[in-house]
Amino acid sequence: MSALLDLYVQHFKTSLAAMLQYRASLVIWLIGHVLEPLIYLVVWSVVSNTRGGRVGGYTTGEFAAYFIVLMLVNHITYTWIMYEYEYRIRHGSLSFDLLRPVHPIHSDIADNVSSKLISLPGMLLAAVLLALLFRPTFHVVLWAVVAAIPALFLAFLLRFLVEWTLALAAFWTTRVSAINQMYFVALLFLSGQVAPLSLLPSPIQAVATALPFRWMVSFPVELLLGRLTPAKAMAGLAAQAVWVVLGLGLVKIVWRAGVRAYSAVGG
Amino acid sequence: MGISLPDSPIIHIHDLHKTYVVSEREAGIRAALQSLVHRRTERIKAVDGISFDLSGGEIVGFLGPNGAGKTTTLKMLSGLLHPTAGEVTVLGHVPWKREKPFLRKITLVMGQRNQLIWDIPVIDSFELNRAVYRIQASDYRRTLDELTQLLELGPLLRKPVRNLSLGERMKCEIAAALLHLPQVVFLDEPTIGLDVIMQRRIRGFIAEYNRRSGATVLLTSHYMADVEALCRRVVVIHLGRLLFDGDLSALVERFTAHKTIVVQLGDCRDDLSSYGEVVSCEEGYVTLRVPKAETARVTERLLADLPVIDLTVEDPPIEEVIERVFAQEAV
Repeated sequence: MSALLDLYVQHFKTSLAAMLQYRASLVIWLIGHVLEPLIYLVVWSVVSNTRGGRVGGYTTGEFAAYFIVLMLVNHITYTWIMYEYEYRIRHGSLSFDLLRPVHPIHSDIADNVSSKLISLPGMLLAAVLLALLFRPTFHVVLWAVVAAIPALFLAFLLRFLVEWTLALAAFWTTRVSAINQMYFVALLFLSGQVAPLSLLPSPIQAVATALPFRWMVSFPVELLLGRLTPAKAMAGLAAQAVWVVLGLGLVKIVWRAGVRAYSAVGG
Repeated sequence: MGISLPDSPIIHIHDLHKTYVVSEREAGIRAALQSLVHRRTERIKAVDGISFDLSGGEIVGFLGPNGAGKTTTLKMLSGLLHPTAGEVTVLGHVPWKREKPFLRKITLVMGQRNQLIWDIPVIDSFELNRAVYRIQASDYRRTLDELTQLLELGPLLRKPVRNLSLGERMKCEIAAALLHLPQVVFLDEPTIGLDVIMQRRIRGFIAEYNRRSGATVLLTSHYMADVEALCRRVVVIHLGRLLFDGDLSALVERFTAHKTIVVQLGDCRDDLSSYGEVVSCEEGYVTLRVPKAETARVTERLLADLPVIDLTVEDPPIEEVIERVFAQEAV
């Protein structure tokens, strides 16, 4: 256990050192991550104002709160691993990963978490600025904020496992970007990034709830905004836990099959 | 640690095969469309039934032209590739299972690829390897000091990898790959692209590492100087098959039909073509190529007939020998 901790600490150090080498790209990346929710926020504010300040259970201020919280949750759960794997397999750097006596997922998790830690202050600053600009309405419910901590952790884990598995598609095909594109479109709509899920037609809501998408982003946002009953919060955490377990199983199976395919052909 | 018995081989390969299935098609749109419906595949035998063993502490040169199957074999030995058929064991492990105890005892250095993290100082990559291989802090310090001294890494450790020259980077790559003191070292073209001085230094280091640690080393290189300096034994493969396994001197003996006689005469006036094939004549030194069996007789005649100042008999350069080995088999 302490060996694993040591490994994570070293990975944090190397990722931080590597990222700090490229401060400019870090800022650009940050701007991109603020810009996307900002666009939806502006659109929905306009829609809401023209409809007398309210659309489907959200006031203009609540829209602002929704997208600001969404931005932070998205930041915490986001991964970029799908772009990485294709490169690793094509350039053969995966070979070195396979020859190390540790599972490569550890370095990816550590890398992901450390890059987020370093950009978190920037994101929080952006959230404060947006709050000053758009005057969001928050309904702070203490128990829900507490429950959001495990929800965020599970959401991160779930999204990481799903996207890591999808990244492994690179073992079989060189056209990973087509798969990624499909996934991102689904994620955009079904995880509540374009609009709160409750505003979408009920069949789509049902799909988002049945699939892992709602649990990856939308659920912690709903929780933080105090829009869920305790019963729904509990059910949501349970759904997240089930999906994480399934995700772990999936990662294991796909990883094994992928490595088998890779070692048949070689990198 | 003495896990393996003294006389059991560290590396054991028996009748090893690796066949790749690749899709192929003719050039052009028509062929491209055809391949959508019916994909023609071809089976390429990269390794076609090779067998050899390595004992503890040996440094063996693994030779062959490009595409001979050297890298494929090294990948099967290190566990990156699953053999199509045959047996491989390294330190008693089946490599492709990539068990952690196995991975902690081996290393693979590929001269054309690097594992150091590009943007950060070398020492940070080393520290990461310490954690990955769970090296005890005291062992790590000792090994790092030793490697730093042997490879003269001192001034390089704090520099980001991207600021290093190719040679400096290679030294650091090798050090990173040896921090966990592997018992088996696979080196795939470790000196490729390096200048002569750096090649020599890396060569010297490999010999020293082998001497100090008793590690078994299997090395591929296109530079015969590497092989001559490091390997008493060589294994030669071509088109996936084993051509030769034995002492380097035996390889030279077996595949050379000629010897080179260099005679110092003072000038180039005499025509020596009756003694053998005149390769060159420069500043009074005449180089002759004669059939191996006649070397003694020709030498005797030269000394008897001519005012010889000096005379030496040499084997042809190893490059030439290897070239002949491949040329013979390629037909």
